[in-house]
Amino acid sequence: MRTICLYFQIHQPFRLKRYRFFNIGNDHYYYDDFLNESIITRVAERSYLQANKVIRQIIKEYGTQFKVAFSISGIALDQLQLYTPEVIESFQKLAKTGSVEFLSETYSHSLVALKSKDEFIRQVNEHKQRIMQLFGQEPKVFRNTELVYSDKIGADVADMGFSAMLAEGAKHVLGWKSPNYMYCNSINPRLKVLLRNFRLSDDLAFRFSNKGWSEFPLTAEKFVGWLKKMDKKEETVNIFIDYETFGEHQWMESGIFEFLSALPGLIYKNTNFSFSTPGEIASNLLPISTISVPYPISWADEERDLTAWLGNDLQVDAFNKLYSLTDKVSRISDEKIQKDWKYLQASDHLYFMSTKFFTTGITQAYFNPYESPYEAYINYMNVLSDFTIRVNALVPESTGEQEIAGLTQVIEEKDALIQKYESELKRLKSTKTKIKAAAKSPTRATSGSKKSAVSKKEKTISSKSGKK
Amino acid sequence: MRVLMFGWEFPPHISGGLGTACYGLTKGLYSVGINDILFVVPKTYGDEDISRVNIIDAGQVVVSERIVDYSTFFRKIHFIEVGTSLRPYTTPEEYERLSSQEQEKSKYLIHSSFSGKLSFTGGYGYNLFQEIANYAVVASIIALQNQFDVIHAHDWLAYPAGIAAKLVSGKPLVVHVHATDFDRSGGSVNPGVYEIEKSGMEAADKVIAVSNLTRNIIIEKYGIDPEKVVTVHNAVEPLSDQELKKKERKIDDKIVTFLGRVTLQKGPEYFIEAAHLVLQKMRNVRFVMAGSGDMLNRMIWRVATLKIGSRFHFTGFLKGDDVHHMFSLSDVYVMPSISEPFGISPLEAMQSNVPVIISRQSGVSEILSHAIKIDFWDTHAMADAIYGILKYEGLPKMFKLHAKEEVDNLKWEYAAEKVKEVYQSLIY
Repeated sequence: MRTICLYFQIHQPFRLKRYRFFNIGNDHYYYDDFLNESIITRVAERSYLQANKVIRQIIKEYGTQFKVAFSISGIALDQLQLYTPEVIESFQKLAKTGSVEFLSETYSHSLVALKSKDEFIRQVNEHKQRIMQLFGQEPKVFRNTELVYSDKIGADVADMGFSAMLAEGAKHVLGWKSPNYMYCNSINPRLKVLLRNFRLSDDLAFRFSNKGWSEFPLTAEKFVGWLKKMDKKEETVNIFIDYETFGEHQWMESGIFEFLSALPGLIYKNTNFSFSTPGEIASNLLPISTISVPYPISWADEERDLTAWLGNDLQVDAFNKLYSLTDKVSRISDEKIQKDWKYLQASDHLYFMSTKFFTTGITQAYFNPYESPYEAYINYMNVLSDFTIRVNALVPESTGEQEIAGLTQVIEEKDALIQKYESELKRLKSTKTKIKAAAKSPTRATSGSKKSAVSKKEKTISSKSGKK
Repeated sequence: MRVLMFGWEFPPHISGGLGTACYGLTKGLYSVGINDILFVVPKTYGDEDISRVNIIDAGQVVVSERIVDYSTFFRKIHFIEVGTSLRPYTTPEEYERLSSQEQEKSKYLIHSSFSGKLSFTGGYGYNLFQEIANYAVVASIIALQNQFDVIHAHDWLAYPAGIAAKLVSGKPLVVHVHATDFDRSGGSVNPGVYEIEKSGMEAADKVIAVSNLTRNIIIEKYGIDPEKVVTVHNAVEPLSDQELKKKERKIDDKIVTFLGRVTLQKGPEYFIEAAHLVLQKMRNVRFVMAGSGDMLNRMIWRVATLKIGSRFHFTGFLKGDDVHHMFSLSDVYVMPSISEPFGISPLEAMQSNVPVIISRQSGVSEILSHAIKIDFWDTHAMADAIYGILKYEGLPKMFKLHAKEEVDNLKWEYAAEKVKEVYQSLIY
């Protein structure tokens, strides 16, 4: 029996306000509250709440045989809580139905997996806790920011105890293989890997309302028809898309909600596909082979790699400057610093600096507050400068380590001195016994003087050893 | 195809972008097959590059003994005595001389010297309107004496000449708007200049604007039919290898440069305000204002008032190689123009691998991606951008990679192709 895996991603960053270099050192609040609030409110109304309604309706009708998975980034949760708490309630209701699985990701929707394993683990744990606290589920499946995956990242994720991870079914990695099977990580085969079927996912997410597309209009019937035509041996169809597809990227008028609500019914009627969560697939299917991904892949653009975030010098510079602070920040317990640290790591800040579509004039990034990547870079770096100043103020460069180094040196010096005295003492002691032996023989006078000399020596030795 | 062009200045005797643009355009036209150009300037100095263009010195054209009646020729144009504070386009060299000169009232009859020639200074002196009128007369004579297919007049100074040539020969007239008085005066136009500009545009069969910004001004402020106006962006001459060689830097401080005429249109006061802001946060930076103009003294005063004189340098007018030298020393180039029809200087800066900050109110911002764009009045944004380029190394790196490539693609050949299309639309 074949299965469909629906996974929806929810994320919005805390966008930065216009932060000029005069603000550095004075202004420690970096976010454009007005912009962020208006965006999240709009997206919640148009997309999240509407789509959740549809999903609830489906679950009501078909019960727990309908399955769907969500992943909400920690930052998104913070924003939703601040501005649109009803969305969180709506998800909580869905969580109670038993049809919904929540996945794990980094709290900050960041690319930290590429930089520091410890920080990666820390962020994942924080996110896990939040999900547990809000939805009462402990995530067992992991998805990294923008589906960034590589062998090494997979191995790190396996170490954290996850059973499966989502990744992009990128052509340059799959080659002739199909994404419609389950694979496993090539370093640690215990981690199952589910690959996104990008053709079907992008048909839905990008081409759905494109009148110039050869397959327009995409009805639920047509979609089901494609599924039926698939190779019977293939086991799973992984549709991983941004939740904003429903209502924001694809407007309500395009019929996307009707598509969603009609789909399960048609699937059940005309095919033998079931719906599963990623966790279920991981336990039910057997991996067909390992998948080798030496260089990181992602679900972005045509290239499916990291160039959208780390493709030019601006991005690389910002990325490195940010993570050079990791160690210091980990030693600070100040809440505000930790919060800013989380929000500054969002991959969107780097995405705004992308020059990939710059000269073609197409604004690729949705809700990009900047007019050019240079603006994005300058703004971010100004904020980062202020943040760095605050961090350095709390963790001075030269305290603990230098003191310890100094003390160690003193100890070493004293050790050398002790050794010197010990060898001197030995030498003098052996001289003393020699003299004593010589004193037992002939002349008194000489021995007397020698004795006094010896006793003098003894006295000095004893006084020396006393001093020590 | 033969083109009769009327210009006002030609390199190397230039005071602004007009001459550079004309030169580049003629070179470009030559390479796209229009190699028969008669270029008329008021005065030649003998060292112009005549390899691709036949230059005619208007001062050498013989005006016959007949006395030309001015009044019928310029029915609608009033000659207003220009107030001493208003100089349409003075060369800085002549500026000093002019401010202490006594001027005669303008005459209505042409006074030709005994050889039958009219004298032109080719500069932008007090009797500018007189010169323009004389130029027009000479133009009509040149038009009679020569065969050509189309007339091309560059900027308002040459429009009457173009009109005269058209009246005499009946050939189509193309008028090339490199700048309007709205740009130069920041809104308070000189009525005499406006009249000449407007009549030029109306008499022309096609109007070429150097940017969409200028095109909009032409359509809105001069009331010209949009169908008649075409935008052809300027380009920039590629640097020779000799010019590309970087000069050695002796100063450790970063250098931020403003290079252009120190006049209202170029926004020098905004540059100074931004410099003041940057200097409050960074000390190891120096600001250079390279150029001369009517606002120079005011700027010097302002710098002194703000007490940043120790970090501010005025070089005066820079020519030729000095310009390249200045660019090779600079870390940032700023063009805070209030209204710039195009703006070739940032392109020259980008060629020398200098990151540029340009105002959005310029024509060149329409075609550049790899530059930081700000509104001219936003000194905070300007200062922020300067600080960013100097502090965060990612920016200069990016610019070095991409800016030069972008500029190298702005060739005069492409502009010339478009101009050729305009010519062809008029001739056939």
